[in-house]
Amino acid sequence: MSTNSINREWVPAKKKHRFIRHIGQYWQIYLMLLVPIVYYIVFRYLPMFGNIIAFRKYRAGGSIFGSQNSGLKYFKQFIGDKSFWRAFRNTLTLNFTYLLFRFPLTLIFALLINEIRNLHWKKFVQTVSYLPHFISMVIVCGVIKELLGTTGPVNNVIVSMGGRPEQFLSIAKYFVPIFTISGIWQSMGWGTILYLAAMSNINPSLYEAAAVDGAGHFQRVWHITIPSIMPTITTLLILDIGGLVGSGGAFEKVFLLYNPMIYSSADIVSTYVYRMGLGSGNYSYATAVGLFEGLINLILLTSANFLSKKLTQSSLF
Amino acid sequence: MKLKENTGYKVFLVVNTIIMILISVATLFPFVYLVAQSLSSEKEIISGNVTLIPKGFNLKTYIYVITQGEFIKYYKNTILYTVVGTTLSLAFSSMLAYPLSKKELKATKILTPFVIFTMYFGGGMIPNYILVVKLGLNNTMAAFILPMMISTYYVLLMKSFFASTPKDLEEAGELDGLNKFGVFIRIVLPLSKPIIATMTLFYAVMYWNNWFQAFLYLRKDKWPVAYYLQNIIRGAGANDADAQQVATNIRSCSMVLTALPIICVYPFIQKYYVQGMMLGGVKE
Repeated sequence: MSTNSINREWVPAKKKHRFIRHIGQYWQIYLMLLVPIVYYIVFRYLPMFGNIIAFRKYRAGGSIFGSQNSGLKYFKQFIGDKSFWRAFRNTLTLNFTYLLFRFPLTLIFALLINEIRNLHWKKFVQTVSYLPHFISMVIVCGVIKELLGTTGPVNNVIVSMGGRPEQFLSIAKYFVPIFTISGIWQSMGWGTILYLAAMSNINPSLYEAAAVDGAGHFQRVWHITIPSIMPTITTLLILDIGGLVGSGGAFEKVFLLYNPMIYSSADIVSTYVYRMGLGSGNYSYATAVGLFEGLINLILLTSANFLSKKLTQSSLF
Repeated sequence: MKLKENTGYKVFLVVNTIIMILISVATLFPFVYLVAQSLSSEKEIISGNVTLIPKGFNLKTYIYVITQGEFIKYYKNTILYTVVGTTLSLAFSSMLAYPLSKKELKATKILTPFVIFTMYFGGGMIPNYILVVKLGLNNTMAAFILPMMISTYYVLLMKSFFASTPKDLEEAGELDGLNKFGVFIRIVLPLSKPIIATMTLFYAVMYWNNWFQAFLYLRKDKWPVAYYLQNIIRGAGANDADAQQVATNIRSCSMVLTALPIICVYPFIQKYYVQGMMLGGVKE
């Protein structure tokens, strides 16, 4: 009893003392943090609070936190707006189709790269497959336009087979395939890095033991490689699913490729936010739409990360 | 020991090689197409004769773009933004990542969630735009660089790397009389070449390729080359009167020259970024 009460008295003083010693010992490290912390407050947290203008009317040149309460007016406005729902639906369709094809293809590609025996050839394939990841979206979309243009190679093939040239980027039904195929071209190679890393961590003695037990090559892939990289597969899949509603990642590409003729399939939430806000000057309305998407995204990503931690003891961040 | 092989497996190896060749060709095709166009005469391109082999081969387009056109002016802007931006990004990202990698630092308990939360939720396009304009940064280099100066994802990759550097070396440095900052500069950074090389590449590519900040904030004379390219690509579209119209070979040549520095550099840093991604990729 008595030792307990003595401890209780001593704790605060000791804590304070320890705190000062801690700062004294680490002040240079804390000094390093000064600029980054100010940066995060100004460029990351201030805009977060700037979302308040979804509930307040913003006037160009006025306070960044708006000038007049407007309650849920802007939220009601977009909930009743057909073009918002069209953008919302398009975002889901685009993200889902892309994920559906990209995810298995990336995994298969990684498994196939892992089977290459010649190390120089393996490295060459990897280097080539990473290339599109580093190319500016402007160039990627520029090339897509060149390839799909009326005198481009795709239409040349169609014409040579007796077909008629098509304006692919002006026809709504082609947008999702164009986005998906070019996206796979861009990201399939880069996406293999984490899988290949996980595969290189597999203990070779597992394969040898399996071979001794008479397992053929494909059985070894099926019973050793895939189970060993399962945590990586699960984590990446869950997090990808968590990102299905977000449209920020697709913004640049859609923005560079779409035009009013194909809004019906190509307009996504982030491009809609851009046109409503910066295009037409309805800042508060556009912020309300962006905030809505951001909050759904926050909930989904948090749940996805939580789920990933539960299921595989691993997560991305 | 030698693993058992059968005929099925040998067939698979051949098929696999063919698949890899096809994927490599498909990946490189668009680039070869651009290069072929940039080396061809405009007449042959318009007639649709150029696919993989240049027709009416000439280097005039390159000479024109490099010496006469506006291209080089925007290219210089891009070099400036990339050098300044990458330097600032590297400095401040490592100054954030290093403290975050120190478990014994009390503030990391609060700082880590403070930083990571920004990956889940952000200000969104409009509040960010309003902030930059309100700070008076419109039409300055700062408007181009500051909004993306510290990438949280990259900071976390760096943090994982720093956390894996051996603690006893840092302690030895302190015993030799270095202070905490000295340990960071003289011991930790020299041991972190792989991650520094990776981050230099990632940040440089990010600035080199960025066009959206320029589109939002910069007037024409300050454009980086990526946004100039976007403008001439738009000009090729039939329904865009206010964009610049240039010949196809000039456009292709400009795209090739813009992608070239990155294409020349990234293969040499491959072993570093693969390692960097491995360490920071999936947290156990």
